[in-house]
Amino acid sequence: MGAQQRVFKQKIRSTSSLRKIFKAMELIAASRIQKAIVRSQSASPYANALTRAVSAVASESNVDHVLTTEPESVTRAAVLVVGPDRGFAGAYSANLLREAEELNRLLRSEGKDVALFTVGGKAENYYTFRDREIEQSWTGISEMPTPENAREIGEALLQSFNAESAENGVDEIYIVFTKFVSSVKHDPEYRRLLPLEVVDADEIASGGASESAKDSAAFPLYEFEPSAEAVLDSLLPRYIDSRILSALLSASASEQASRQAAMHTATENADDLIKTYTRLANTARQAEITQELTEIVGGADALAASSAGD
Amino acid sequence: MAVLDVNVVAADRQVWVGEAKRVIARTSDGEIGILPGHEPVLGVVADGEARILTSNEETIRVQADGGFLSVENNRVIIAADQAELL
Repeated sequence: MGAQQRVFKQKIRSTSSLRKIFKAMELIAASRIQKAIVRSQSASPYANALTRAVSAVASESNVDHVLTTEPESVTRAAVLVVGPDRGFAGAYSANLLREAEELNRLLRSEGKDVALFTVGGKAENYYTFRDREIEQSWTGISEMPTPENAREIGEALLQSFNAESAENGVDEIYIVFTKFVSSVKHDPEYRRLLPLEVVDADEIASGGASESAKDSAAFPLYEFEPSAEAVLDSLLPRYIDSRILSALLSASASEQASRQAAMHTATENADDLIKTYTRLANTARQAEITQELTEIVGGADALAASSAGD
Repeated sequence: MAVLDVNVVAADRQVWVGEAKRVIARTSDGEIGILPGHEPVLGVVADGEARILTSNEETIRVQADGGFLSVENNRVIIAADQAELL
């Protein structure tokens, strides 16, 4: 076999082994999307109940809470970037980080300092590579976020929110994540987490039941146990945690969906490459055969000519 | 007779949903018993057990750790950080 043919054969072999990897990753991602969506949906009853309760307290009692009051001046804002741990997900992390940078620029232009918190190795690497200071980062949770992870992040954020500005405290908290709309559509977006703007329950529960929409019209007069302040004190941190959890879950579903799409494209590209190389290898083989034939015919001619001359 | 529409949810899943005649839960002030027609309440749930007497006279016990309880129009929601059927 000629050298050219060997090169093509080798390329075909390596491309088809890559193709197997891509295909496997595509299938894994596809099965994980379903799981991520189920997790996201099963967390939504809790999120809906919390949102409804928070809206009820916020709407009818005149309780001022530190988490809902707008600060007079904002000097420092925290940004929580929810990114992936692993790559192989196409433009997923690039799009997310672009959104985060946009928010950073916006905050800076308003004269605010930005304190970064990151979830996922990719986001962490992006900022450490650019010598940007990260307050705190969490890794290894982006694919399977649990309520405990959300609570841990919520506690860290609340702690810096409660700290004084002089001691690295922040006055606002934003969260940047990728919202899962469908398996082919996921949009990076940012939201302000604190001070709290109470939003509708069905906006949080992506695709969840929207029954809360119809009965959130009027809240009854609640009796608070033990007091409105105590209820709010206990509700608000949970509400934050649940917002963080739903962002984490939505991000993980988006991550898997992007990975599936990217791996699907990679598999198709590998197929194309294999086809191209097979064609080239065939051409090389035929060229070689043609050359051998020419040589044989040429040799036979030469022999015949020399024997005829005798 | 009116029944209570009970929904017990944990942070990551729905734990129990159904109709009940009576719900007893533990709040930070002590135990609270809820019968159909109870006034709207929003309470902080202390760690402990909630007992639900269902329409078929079964008693369901739920361990609920931290969270809140809301009652309105015969709808009871117990939302706990962690909840488990006992």
